[in-house]
Amino acid sequence: MTAQPVEGGLPVLQARGVSKRFGGLLAVNNVDFTVNHAEIIGLIGPNGAGKTTFFNCLTGMVVPTSGRITYHDTEIFGAASGWRKALSGRDVQAHSPDQITKIGLARTFQNIRLFPNMTVLENVLVGRHCRTREGVLSAVGRGPRFHRTEREVRERAAELLQFVSLRRAQDELARNLPYGDQRRLEIARALATDPGLLLLDEPTAGMNPSETRATMDLVKKIRDLGLAVIVIEHDMKFIFNLCDRVAVLVQGAKLIEGTPAEVQADPRVVEAYLGTAAGEEDAS
Amino acid sequence: MTSAFFRIYHRYREQILRRTGPRGRVLLIAGMVLCLIASVLPWAVNGVGYTNPLGGNLQSAGIGGPRLYVLLLTLVAGLGLTSLDGRRRSTIAASLGNLVISVYILRGLVHEGGGTGAIGVGVWVALVGSLVLFLGADTLPVTPKNILPSLPAFADIALILVVIGVGLAALVVGLGIEDDKQFVAFALFVVALVFALNWLGVATAFTDAFERYRYIGYAIAAAAAFAFPFTQNGNAQWMAVFARVGVFAAAAIGLNVVVGLAGLLDLGYIAFFGIGGYVSALLSNAVFTTVHVHLPFLLVIPLGAAVAAFFGVLVGAPTLRLRGDYLAIVTLGFGEIFRIVAINWTGLTKGPNGIAGIPDLQLPGGFDFGKPHTLFGQLLPFQSNYYFLDIFLIAAVMVFFARINDSRIGRAWVAIREDELAARAMGINTVALKLLAFGIGATLAGTAGTINVHIGEAIEPNAYQFIFSALLLSAVVLGGMGTVAGPILGAALLYAIPEKLRFVQDYRLFLFGLALILLMRFRPEGLIVSRRRQREFHEGGSGADAMSQPGQVAPV
Repeated sequence: MTAQPVEGGLPVLQARGVSKRFGGLLAVNNVDFTVNHAEIIGLIGPNGAGKTTFFNCLTGMVVPTSGRITYHDTEIFGAASGWRKALSGRDVQAHSPDQITKIGLARTFQNIRLFPNMTVLENVLVGRHCRTREGVLSAVGRGPRFHRTEREVRERAAELLQFVSLRRAQDELARNLPYGDQRRLEIARALATDPGLLLLDEPTAGMNPSETRATMDLVKKIRDLGLAVIVIEHDMKFIFNLCDRVAVLVQGAKLIEGTPAEVQADPRVVEAYLGTAAGEEDAS
Repeated sequence: MTSAFFRIYHRYREQILRRTGPRGRVLLIAGMVLCLIASVLPWAVNGVGYTNPLGGNLQSAGIGGPRLYVLLLTLVAGLGLTSLDGRRRSTIAASLGNLVISVYILRGLVHEGGGTGAIGVGVWVALVGSLVLFLGADTLPVTPKNILPSLPAFADIALILVVIGVGLAALVVGLGIEDDKQFVAFALFVVALVFALNWLGVATAFTDAFERYRYIGYAIAAAAAFAFPFTQNGNAQWMAVFARVGVFAAAAIGLNVVVGLAGLLDLGYIAFFGIGGYVSALLSNAVFTTVHVHLPFLLVIPLGAAVAAFFGVLVGAPTLRLRGDYLAIVTLGFGEIFRIVAINWTGLTKGPNGIAGIPDLQLPGGFDFGKPHTLFGQLLPFQSNYYFLDIFLIAAVMVFFARINDSRIGRAWVAIREDELAARAMGINTVALKLLAFGIGATLAGTAGTINVHIGEAIEPNAYQFIFSALLLSAVVLGGMGTVAGPILGAALLYAIPEKLRFVQDYRLFLFGLALILLMRFRPEGLIVSRRRQREFHEGGSGADAMSQPGQVAPV
């Protein structure tokens, strides 16, 4: 497979000049970012570089200060205009996280956020919520459509659990799963929303090497389904073996973006992580 | 002082254990024998002016009144001699029941029977016997609560029948006891018995059986509810109380959607109940109405529900974006706003005087709720009509509750309770779903409210004070959040007990507060437990344990 699909596949997500300011801190600084169809993109950077904040901007958890984000043809964040601007009194218009999930972006969390007292299966069923429409009347009336939808939802959830090899644990409580399984369950739950783009925030944090390898295979399998994936990760081996492209964030700004080989070879990346002696090697 | 006492007691207990072995059979048998003897001895001295306030003739030998309770509890305590799990706690509960009952009688004899001279030999024997029994029970090994093996179908159904039948019988007997003291002794007996049987696993077996044969179980429960008016011999007193209890229970189930399912704290819930009530009062051509229209009741119910729902959405829409605490404050305020508007909008509501003379319900077929009707050869007081209507209402609300809980909406509510942010990230529109729960709660309250004013025949603003919101909330929490049966049990206890024990009414709030504190300490998930709540309140347990823990009911 080529490691250069930058100009290749269709762009799934395009972010232009996204910034997020928290008071005096510019957490995300004018970041441009493109994700193409069936592409795995790594997002790396030192702690506090703004990776998770950038994720939150994409998924609507925080509203960016400026910029424009589109998913396929849908603008999920952008400048407000016309009556929207007049009505909200704000310069930007954003979607709420649940709307963005419905549009097609799904995420996992850096610190796992499963529904701990629900079973594994129920967690995935919740992920199907936004793809079903059964309302109060349907739930109370229990017509054939209700049963059909419920059956379909359960079948799909079972499929997804099979996909992440958690099928046998489906009746366990989420909080009782081993750590690695919880991470995979979170991925299954995100996949249940039928996303076109999956955002994984440190999916291998706290995993042992064999679990990390399994996660790598899982992410590749997800990509092979035709999904685009963005991964935040500190495990460089994981990132460089897995990703088609890697972007490096430093102090909120994108330092460099390129193939794993390019990024690995770039001395600025090493410098960003390790720091340099004063004045030495400002540009390469 | 207390620590010294416990030190001495533990030293003594160790000696006993050494002498009698871990089973403490000797003490148990001795205690049982003493208690059995006590249950046939006279409990009061002849000639003393203490006239038998507890049923049975205490002055002569024989079984009656409290002696019957002691006899039955002693027989249950005898199960401590078996090898059943949970026998320790069960036997302790039974022996403590005996002890408390004998102390209660002793106190009564001293205070009203003319001093210590009135105490019969039976009381002393019972006291000593139950103490010995307790000490014997305390030497039993600590074992887990019993989990009875799964029973065959007929045994399961028989168990459901027996438990519901005994429950109904206990209710009828209890309500039939006129004297407060007799009732207290009876209540002590029932509580001790329930604890003892619960620890033997009867409650677990019952809930398991109920879960397996849900529809048969509900049919039996409905039959028992229908049978209740026929046990009252045409007496209207308790039918009037239970007609009210039914309405409050239906409203409590609605509150349970808000509190138990969606996890929102609504402190102004009674306002929606009141809105339904005012709609019903105004549109039913009451004697003192200000709006001279008379709509058929079947139209008034949905109207009252709709108006309540409208106000529910009106209050909820802006506030449900806020976090829990704010919602509680806003609903608290809304409850007061409703009451104050009702007091001051005299043109519509007649202010503090309220609207009186609300006619009884009429069904299209000419059925008049205000008249006694003969059913199965028994003339039932007119309150029974409302009671039967309540049963239909509660059944409908229960089906609604159970079905919506077991759907994608119910799952989304759980997800919101568990982790609101993650729920949003999974595409759940949390605001809309919380609003939905709030609206459903308001609708159900409005529905119950429309019926309520017809039972009372009048409506006035002060019947909708904050304290009634708090009471409904207590009923939900006491009975068990997120369960179907919990709010019904809670409402029945909170509304019926003060009616039974008039002296409780003065201390009503104090006692409820105490009961809730004890409950939060010992059983935070409520009297009836939903499996999910059990997990939420007992975070430590492992999954397998949490699933198989006894005493749970699925939130059916």
